[in-house]
Order: sequence, then structure tokens, then C-alpha cells
Amino acid sequence: MTKSINITLNVWRQKSAGVKGGFETYHAANISTDMSFLEMIDVVNEQLTLDGRDPIAFDHDCREGICGMCGAVVNGRAHGPEEGTTLCQLHMRYFSNGDTIVIEPWRAKAFPILKDLAVDRSAFDEIIVAGGYISVNTGGAPDANAIPISQEIAEKAMDAAACIGCGACVASCPNASAMLFAGAKISQLALLPQGRPEAAQRALAMVRKMDELCFGNCSNERECEAECPKEISISNIARMNREFFKAGIGSAVM
Amino acid sequence: MNWFTNTLWTSVGKKLLMAVTGLFFCVFLALHLVGNLTIYAGKDAFNSYAEHLHSLGPLLTAAEWGMLLFALIHICTGLLLFYQNFTARPERYAVNKRAGGRTLGSATMPYTGVILLLFVIYHLFNFHFVDKTHTTIFQIVSTAFSKPSYVVIYTFAMIVAAVHVSHGFWSAFQTLGANHPKYTPFLKGLSLVFSLIVGIGFGFIPIYVSLLV
Ligand code: HEM
Ligand code: SF4
Ligand code: FES
Repeated sequence: MTKSINITLNVWRQKSAGVKGGFETYHAANISTDMSFLEMIDVVNEQLTLDGRDPIAFDHDCREGICGMCGAVVNGRAHGPEEGTTLCQLHMRYFSNGDTIVIEPWRAKAFPILKDLAVDRSAFDEIIVAGGYISVNTGGAPDANAIPISQEIAEKAMDAAACIGCGACVASCPNASAMLFAGAKISQLALLPQGRPEAAQRALAMVRKMDELCFGNCSNERECEAECPKEISISNIARMNREFFKAGIGSAVM
Repeated sequence: MNWFTNTLWTSVGKKLLMAVTGLFFCVFLALHLVGNLTIYAGKDAFNSYAEHLHSLGPLLTAAEWGMLLFALIHICTGLLLFYQNFTARPERYAVNKRAGGRTLGSATMPYTGVILLLFVIYHLFNFHFVDKTHTTIFQIVSTAFSKPSYVVIYTFAMIVAAVHVSHGFWSAFQTLGANHPKYTPFLKGLSLVFSLIVGIGFGFIPIYVSLLV
């Protein structure tokens, strides 16, 4: 049933990259519990705009949980308290009247804050550019099922490919490690025959790029897999490690 | 050696070093515990175990130097990883909440590790770098554990070791790439059982010896 709640927000405000930021408090009154979290911020922003104040900057695009643009740490949880849910798909019915909600941006050295809750995640793009692709010339569409792939492998590759690159894994990792993201991106290609020819090259290049960008090192805390909106499993990190050892020790790729 | 250092000197490579040396120390702990348990069979059994061990001569010396090397790798790499992980998030969150992944063991690895390092040094000075010409190892051990402070320190250190290993054992397999729906749950269980064996097995020895004298 639709209800209206009154809540208090403690939001991280920061004018631009590299300057000092801090928390500011806002009161959001009459918030419908049918609203999504982002719609709730929209309402707050409309009021801020009417008051002649700077609205809260935050990233978003599809608002249906598929693009990976949204995300903030809500009360200490990346994408909020619901499992397997992006921030845009989190609804206000999970909050109660009178709640105080602390909203912080993703925090990692590799994800510098651009403004307020918006962070620069181009580090993820750089990891993809380092090897998250297969080199094929586009030609005529190949016949379906020309390359037989077992159901089990297809499912695993699909599960890894569900990663939307939102960065919640980095945000929730106590070490700000990007290994769940890199593991998913390496796995989705390593599992399929089309990805094998460049597998060694890819594993080495993507891991090295990840290190170069100053992400932390995984210590198997498993917070990423618990927070990931697409429920990517850490078995993908194990696969990345296997691919990396195979490439580093067993292949001719330097 | 370029490909070699290029591989090991990455995040995944350093994790490999931690996992291999860590698992080695788990094997060491198991063997050390089996040896120490002879103390329950009495003073003579314990002394004879120590004598047999030392009769290995050069083999034992080689094992000791090997362990020192592994310890240096484990400690230096562990501290480097800790430093890198710390700097990977220069500004911390105001609110921290676990999503259910972190455990007592995983959250405290660097701290339990450093305590273990201090303990190992203390332990070696207690029982290893001592003059053993006119005494037996049982004598040394029982004199030490007649002092309550030793019993407290040793028992505490063994609880710390159990906490370190409760995450470390399972974590090492995950790092090595051994993750499978069929046996990962078993490894996680084994990790817990092993840490209990380490904690209880080693932890009760000081208490038992202190009750003897
Ligand atoms: C009896 C002694 C020890 C045993 C059996 C042991 C065992 C282990 C194992 C199995 C791991 C897991 C490796 C992995 O996750 O891949 C580990 C991790 C770790 N150990 Fe130890 N260890 C011991 C002593 C120490 C000492 C003396 C230090 C001192 C600094 C230390 C620091 C660490 C750290 C920081 C990690 C976490 C590394 C990471 O994953 O980021 N350990 N240990
Ligand atoms: S692994 Fe999950 S949390 Fe990390 S970027 Fe992909 S979808 Fe987001
Ligand atoms: S806005 Fe696209 S996933 Fe949330």
C-alpha cells in the first residue's frame, strides 16, 4: 500500500574533484514509498532548485537496473540494503518514517569524485580497453550453433556477462579491489571458444592494468559478491586467477 | 627472469605468494601440533620426540632456513598488500556496514598476522635460542609454563593463530583458483575445523603443562 514517509538525508556534497567535501542534511517530506531511491533524490533536488541551491549530482541513466550508471553507498551499503538490486531499483518502501539515511559516493583512489555522488569510473573502461574484447573482423553472421557450447558453460559465461560495470564491487570491497569486475570480464570471454585465442594476453593485460590504476588487492572478504546487484560470484575471481597463472607461467605471452 | 617477476609482482601474483607460503605454514602447524601432542604421553615421550627431531641434523637445518625464507615472503608480501589496500581508499566511508561476506578472520588478517609475527619471535627466544646443554626441552617448557604470564600469552597467541587460519586456509584455495560448487563448501568447513584444531590443540598445552607442575 502506498504510504508517505518523512526522512532525513545526510548527503556527501563536494563541489568538484580534489576539493574538500562534507555532509549536508536535507529533510525530505511526503516521500511516496512507491518511489525509487533516485526519484526520491529527484524530489529533493527539485526543492533545492526552487530554493536556488545546487542540486545533488548523481549518476543515472536507464533507471531499470541494466546500464550500471547509478550507485551510491546508502547507510554503509553499496546500492542500499536490498540484495541483487541497483540503486535505481531500490524502492522507498524499504525505509521507514523518520529514518536518517546517509548517502556517500563510491570511495576508491581509482574512482575520483567528480561532484557530490558522481564518480569517474573510466578506470573500468581502461581495464576493458586493455583486453576485454575479442579481435574478429565482422563478416556475415555465423550460423547459430555452428560452434557447440554446453549448456553449463553457456550459463556460466552468461552469468559473468551479467556484470553491468557499476563499480559496487570496488565500493564495497574493504580493499577497494576491482577483482570481481575484472574476474567477470575475463571469465565471460575465457569460458567461450571465441575468447580462447587471446585468453593469455587478455588475462595478463587486464590484471596489470588493474594494478596500474591503483585498485586494491583482493583478500577474499566476499563483500563484493554480497553487494553486486547482478550477484556475480567470486568463482569468477578464482577463474581469473587460474587464467592469470596459466598465462603467466604456462604461455609464451610475456 | 623477467616473465617470472612480471607475473609474481602483480596483485594476483602477490596473492599467489601469500597462498603458497600460507598453506605451507598450515602444513607446518599441523606437523608441529602432532609433535607437541606427545607431551600428553609424558615427559619422556616429549623429550624423545625432540631428540628424534634434532637427530635429523642438516635436514632440520635446511627446513628451518626454508621456513625463514617463506616467513619473510609471507610477512613482507602481507605487509605490502596491507599498505596497498590501505592506500587504495584514501578517504574512508563515514558509515561502514557489512553485507555478509566479511568474517572475524578475514577482517583481521593483517592484525592477527602481526601479532603472530611478534609471538613467533617471542616463542623462538623462549624455546629455540636457549642453552640446552644441561637441561631437557620438557624442563624448559615446564619452567616457562609454571609462570602464569607465559600461559596467558601462549594461549592468547593460539587463539589469534586460529582466527588467522580460519580465513587463511579457505582463502588460500580460492586464491589458487580452486573454487568449485562441489568442494568449496567442504573447504570452508575444513577451514573452520582446522582453526579449531589449531586453537584447541595448541591452546591447551600451556594450560596442561602449568597444571602438571
Ligand atoms: C603460523 C603462522 C601463519 C600461518 C599458518 C599463516 C597462514 C596464512 C594463510 C593460509 C593465508 C591466506 C593466503 C591467501 O589468502 O591466499 C594468510 C594470509 C595472510 N597472512 Fe598469514 N600466516 C601465518 C603467519 C603470518 C604472519 C607472521 C604474518 C605477519 C605479518 C601474516 C600476515 C598475513 C596477511 C596480512 C595475510 C592476508 C594477505 C591478503 O590476503 O591480503 N601471517 N596467512
Ligand atoms: S561485478 Fe557486480 S558490482 Fe562489480 S561492476 Fe559488475 S555488476 Fe557492478
Ligand atoms: S540507472 Fe541504469 S542501472 Fe541504475
